[in-house]
Amino acid sequence: MENSVRIKVGLASCGIAAGGLDVLEKVENFLKEHDVDAQLEHTGCIGMCYAEVLMEIDDEEFGSTMYGYLNAADIDDILNAHFVEKKPLTDHIIFSDKLGGEEKVILDYQTRIVLRNCGVIDPESIDEYIERGGYEALQKVLKDMSPVDVIEEIKESGLRGRGGAGFPTGLKWQFAYNNYADKKYVICNADEGDPGAFMDRSVLEGDPHAVLEGMLIGAYAIGSDTGFIYCRAEYPLAVKRLRIAIEKAKEKGFLGSNIMGSDFNFDLTVYEGAGAFVCGEETALMCSIEGKRGMPTLRPPYPAESGLWGKPTNINNVETYSNVAWIIRNGAKKYAEFGTEKSKGTKVFALTGKIKNGGLVEVPMGMTLRDVIYKVGGGIIEDRKFKAVQLGGPSGGCIPESLLDTPVDYDSLTKTGAIMGSGGMVVMDDTTCMVDMARFFLNFTQDESCGKCTFCRIGTKRMLEILNRITQGKGEPGDIEILEDLSRKTIKGSLCGLGQTAPNPVLTTIKYFRDEYEAHINDKTCPAGVCKDLIKYLIIEDKCIGCGACKRACPVDAITGEKKEVHAINQDICTKCGACMTACKFDAVEKL
Amino acid sequence: MAESDFDKIDAVLHEFEGRKGSLIPILQKTQAQLGFLSKEAMKYISEKTKIPVSEIYGVTTFYTQFRMHPIGKNIIRICHGTACHVADAPEISEALYEELKVEPGGTTKDMKFTVEEVACLGCCSLAPVIMVNDKAYGRLTPSKIKDILAQY
Ligand SMILES: Cc1cc2nc3c(=O)[nH]c(=O)nc-3n(C[C@H](O)[C@H](O)[C@H](O)COP(=O)(O)O)c2cc1C
Ligand code: FES
Repeated sequence: MENSVRIKVGLASCGIAAGGLDVLEKVENFLKEHDVDAQLEHTGCIGMCYAEVLMEIDDEEFGSTMYGYLNAADIDDILNAHFVEKKPLTDHIIFSDKLGGEEKVILDYQTRIVLRNCGVIDPESIDEYIERGGYEALQKVLKDMSPVDVIEEIKESGLRGRGGAGFPTGLKWQFAYNNYADKKYVICNADEGDPGAFMDRSVLEGDPHAVLEGMLIGAYAIGSDTGFIYCRAEYPLAVKRLRIAIEKAKEKGFLGSNIMGSDFNFDLTVYEGAGAFVCGEETALMCSIEGKRGMPTLRPPYPAESGLWGKPTNINNVETYSNVAWIIRNGAKKYAEFGTEKSKGTKVFALTGKIKNGGLVEVPMGMTLRDVIYKVGGGIIEDRKFKAVQLGGPSGGCIPESLLDTPVDYDSLTKTGAIMGSGGMVVMDDTTCMVDMARFFLNFTQDESCGKCTFCRIGTKRMLEILNRITQGKGEPGDIEILEDLSRKTIKGSLCGLGQTAPNPVLTTIKYFRDEYEAHINDKTCPAGVCKDLIKYLIIEDKCIGCGACKRACPVDAITGEKKEVHAINQDICTKCGACMTACKFDAVEKL
Repeated sequence: MAESDFDKIDAVLHEFEGRKGSLIPILQKTQAQLGFLSKEAMKYISEKTKIPVSEIYGVTTFYTQFRMHPIGKNIIRICHGTACHVADAPEISEALYEELKVEPGGTTKDMKFTVEEVACLGCCSLAPVIMVNDKAYGRLTPSKIKDILAQY
């Protein structure tokens, strides 16, 4: 039942949060009422999350037209103009084949390997995945390649783990292959713990079969017949789509026994996490699947030797697996054309914070941070001043403007003191306080520390206390040195990556923004105007006309003054909410 | 615990019978059925599965998803991930706590809302974000909070 008009609405978590389901309903109603013969589809994350809700219309008349920034209320007008009057409303068009629109440029800088199907296919339809070459790689592997061939191909591609550490994937598979055992496991790490990142969620929601196919090929290579996908509890939609994908793959005979007529068997189960950051660490993750508290264990032995229930296990990240089928289908050489000498291929980033075009982007390794932020991301909101970009979440660091020409690859980023991480990229401008950011991450890691190692448990707590003091204006000379000392000891004294990397946000902010720490400690000021105990709101006498708007807006009655006379803020009562500043039309309230 | 609650737990246990390492899914499903994990429920699961109650308690307290107190009719999750923090999430939570007169993690007196702070709901481009039950609200400002709560 082919149809020449196709309409796709982006329904990943972000699209739904922006009101995607309401838009979908409106579109459905319109099509019915006006008897438009079109095929209405759901799709995953298109990547331009800043412009949600997104809808693509593909027809003969206008080619492909992407509408953005949609509200349910606009839909009738837009569709009426498109289908009835045949004069599409250009205001809402983000890009189009025939009608212009500038934002396509953003996609031009990208290279889509992992995201090849995201926002293009309906993630709940296995046929659409197959139509675009899906499961061809699996067939090729089962028919023409031995496990060793597969491992060699992945090695040659140069693919490195996208979960953070960047370990060569082919080598990891080789280790698991070499260990002989009656049972082996394959695990996909979909715990995505970095708060402020959503690459893995988008792939799982937008193209679940790509992850399945990658896992199947990995399982064949190491000789495993059982797999688990460990998915974060906060991702209900991803879990749902994975379960649908597994069901459909079973129906087609891509999962189960004698897959595609070969003697290869593979069974796959989705396992929902229960909310613990440390469970993203591979040994903790396996404890969790075994039904225990997720505490990391000492390595060696590595999972490839003794993993889940003591059996050889291969564990990779979602994005790592999503690369695999592409590599097998297009060849390792083709993949290795992208990227730098030691970091091949592409990397997906969740670009967020004070950035104009926030969303999901995939760029070739080696692109500079500056290009990612200014070309792909369109620069800083309101063209404010760039201050730092945070990579790697709680394990990573803040990179200042002077290092913006650093290429995105594992080794260059590590040199700055940050890390590649899993792909969170949070952009900050001059209204973000770097001491507060360090405090924010330490608050997170000390809360998520499993408590096994003393320095990780108590060291992070002491560091948090010091950072709290500094942001409250109670910092003392010598605090910075104590922070540095505790950082070194926590790195040395921790068993797993959580503690070993927890001080990174503190160390990088001290390294690049020491003056901000000093302003807090010595001058008791917060240059970014964020730390509440260090700022005050004042009314500028010359500008105040006594309209009373601030007085009415103040929730705690801290403002006094007669009509038409200059008002004043009582600092003892003021809670520094900033409502007066927002309410004043004459810029008469300043923040010091 | 009511008789029917024991039946619900029995049904959950039956589903996972003979599968190794299923304590966490058992607790997840029990919580989904009963709203929270009471001491009685944990003891009962221990008796039936022969897993020591100390181990069950250990697992329950380790993972943030598990609750040991009854919750309100609606759960509000406030995102405190990095993107939302940079987008002034603390102001959103303050407005919410002020409006509902609760502490972080608390439940309103009328048992209508429970408020939890979480790290990243995965909609960072729409920061700051909160989620009420399964519906996410993005691009928030403190002034939008009242209208959202009024829908529940
Ligand atoms: C505290 C901590 C949290 C982690 N969280 C994640 C995570 O959320 N997702 C992930 O893929 N890897 C995470 N990792 C890395 C894993 O331990 C492991 O290296 C990775 O899953 C291996 O897959 P890869 O080789 O494909 O990158 C984390 C590591 C640590 C120490
Ligand atoms: S940081 Fe709030 S949704 Fe990700």
